[in-house]
Amino acid sequence: MATFDDPFDPARRLTRAGCSCGRHASEAEHDAALALDGEARLARVVEGAVMRALFPHDATRRAFLRTVGASTALAAVAAALPLGFAAEALAQGGPLEKKDLKVGFIPITCATPIIMAQPMGFYAKHGLNVDVVRTAGWAVIRDKTLNKEYDAAHMLSPMPLAISLGAGSSPIPYTMPAVENINGQAITLSVKHKDKRDPKQWKGFKLAVPFDYSMHNYLLRYFLAEHGIDPDTDVQIRAVPPPEMVANLRADNLDGFLAPDPVNQRAVYDGVGFIHTLSKSIWDGHPCCAFAASKEFVTSMPNTYGALLKAIIDATAYAHAPENRKQIAEAIAGQNYLNQPVTVVEQVLTGTFADGLGNVVKEPNRIDFDPFPWQSFAVWIMTQMKRWGQVKGDIDYRKVAEEVFLATDAARLMEENGLTPPERTYKPFSIMGKEFDPAKPDEYLAGFAIRRV
Amino acid sequence: MAGSPRLRSAVLSAVLLAGLILVWHLATLPAAGSQAVDPEYAKLLGAAAAQGQKSAFPTPAEVGAVLWRHLSNPFYVRGTNDMGIGVQMLHSIGRVMSGYLLAALVAIPLGFLIGMSPLLYRALDPFIQVLKPISPLAWMPLALYTIKDSAVSAIFVIFICSIWPMLLNTAFGVASVRREWLNVARTLEVGPLRTAYAVILPAAAPTIMTGMRISIGIAWLVIVAAEMLVGGTGIGYFVWNEWNNLSIPSIVTAILLIGLVGMALDLALARLAKLVTYAE
Repeated sequence: MATFDDPFDPARRLTRAGCSCGRHASEAEHDAALALDGEARLARVVEGAVMRALFPHDATRRAFLRTVGASTALAAVAAALPLGFAAEALAQGGPLEKKDLKVGFIPITCATPIIMAQPMGFYAKHGLNVDVVRTAGWAVIRDKTLNKEYDAAHMLSPMPLAISLGAGSSPIPYTMPAVENINGQAITLSVKHKDKRDPKQWKGFKLAVPFDYSMHNYLLRYFLAEHGIDPDTDVQIRAVPPPEMVANLRADNLDGFLAPDPVNQRAVYDGVGFIHTLSKSIWDGHPCCAFAASKEFVTSMPNTYGALLKAIIDATAYAHAPENRKQIAEAIAGQNYLNQPVTVVEQVLTGTFADGLGNVVKEPNRIDFDPFPWQSFAVWIMTQMKRWGQVKGDIDYRKVAEEVFLATDAARLMEENGLTPPERTYKPFSIMGKEFDPAKPDEYLAGFAIRRV
Repeated sequence: MAGSPRLRSAVLSAVLLAGLILVWHLATLPAAGSQAVDPEYAKLLGAAAAQGQKSAFPTPAEVGAVLWRHLSNPFYVRGTNDMGIGVQMLHSIGRVMSGYLLAALVAIPLGFLIGMSPLLYRALDPFIQVLKPISPLAWMPLALYTIKDSAVSAIFVIFICSIWPMLLNTAFGVASVRREWLNVARTLEVGPLRTAYAVILPAAAPTIMTGMRISIGIAWLVIVAAEMLVGGTGIGYFVWNEWNNLSIPSIVTAILLIGLVGMALDLALARLAKLVTYAE
């Protein structure tokens, strides 16, 4: 019997089959089984398991069903064993506690899965009516989520860690069940610095990042420090909201920035900047933005949280496929979402873009979407918070990483959505050729020449 | 040139406007492209960048087109983040009015108290002087953090910024009611409440109205900054959003409309002030 077959059908064999996958009585039934929606599919799996346990011999089960009829059998078994409950417990998809949700986002392409899930129907598919609300800045999105005006929000992946550690706000238990995008940022310099490609020439530059607790800040500092520039004394790094970056670059208030897209591409589009380095070439596969929710939301509304996370992971999986990117760009570029020219968003998502120096670059991995919140990412982020003096004292890296980056939830839901989650939640990676071992964060930190601890 | 002074000043205004637009037009004429760019590359860029230049300030014609686009359909709602400029304006006016009326409800009675009691006046003066010059932008993080609701925070900021002129003017107006009038009231054995209502209020009304007129101007100034910070709805949010898209024509449109609405609010209060003025 196939996993999704009705075990209460006397004509059904639980062991032999005759369809294309070899697990159904006929091709039509094979298709019908696949067409079941997620919850019905799960219910079937549970019922099948129970019936198999009750009737180890298939012939006995079929004889029993033929004699008493499927509905009587179902009632009899259900009386003894709460099938519905078992199925529900597995799916954790019981009745939704709340259907109308508000999710905040910042208008950048990192938020693609959160945004596109609305116009492309991923939230609706999971029974949710989600209003995605464009928000003016990171501090506001943080405060509005802490105020519970938003049920969940798009955040920079270091923010839930910072909130949980109490850096830059009072400590509140926060969770980050999914990463939205990997890569997708870039260092953009003003066109007047076209000949200053070597970072060693950047002394005295005024550079911008979107927020203090952002991957942008840590990556820019890392990049500068690796080139021998002290990010605190040799240059000035300011937190500037992304919308103001291009305007400031134009006005010569800034020499450059490490920013999320579409800001970089927009600077090229308006002829004020050129793309110096994609963040991909600093650390290929780095996390950037995240889907975050308070621990309270996760524990008080587990079903709603589950459905919301499923929708986001579903959307992330869709965005991961390069062939869907053009369609996504059209769906999210409009006034209601990113409010940018379609061509700018399309260049970011497809990775075929103008670099501002007269070249058309093809880099399909410029941005990618991968929901898995590697706990080693959290450990790396915390080493950098410590490195630049944002967090003082000792950190229990593993404890915080595991409390905030909810890798197990993501793994379970990725599996349900037909993705393969990784088996481990920690992995070593290398940034600009320097290895990071999540098991030895303090040794890693001690290995940097430029640091504040 | 013949005609009434009114007509002449109107003609002069029109000439000034035409001159301004002409200068603007000449200043924003596109310069000839200096660099030839590969056509495939040019397709990925904005019009100005494709000619090897930075995008320029929009011409009056561009702004006019955008202004017309916004004004021809001001009240559409296509989603949470996509509403017409008229809807945004109404949101802003609603916020300003609620914050402003709350401020008036607090400031005028409190101003009466302060004005009638020199002791209270001196005791509260240091607080008022310190709180008065604080910018709305400084209040906003505190409000968001303590009130925990962005809509109420915006109204609170309007309230706290528009209360001071009304409070001070009411106190000043009440304190400077002519002694003789109060003495007459006392001689006629009029009760204190009735004195306040029948003598002090009409006497102080012009000063109070001046305070209210200053306050509405401040409230309207504050709303744009407050909405740029909290976002969501309103004309300030509209400006922020168009800045995000670097759409200067839309921002110019918003600036024009902000100016017009501010003028209308001021004129309305000026009319009200005229109703309560008296000649001694």
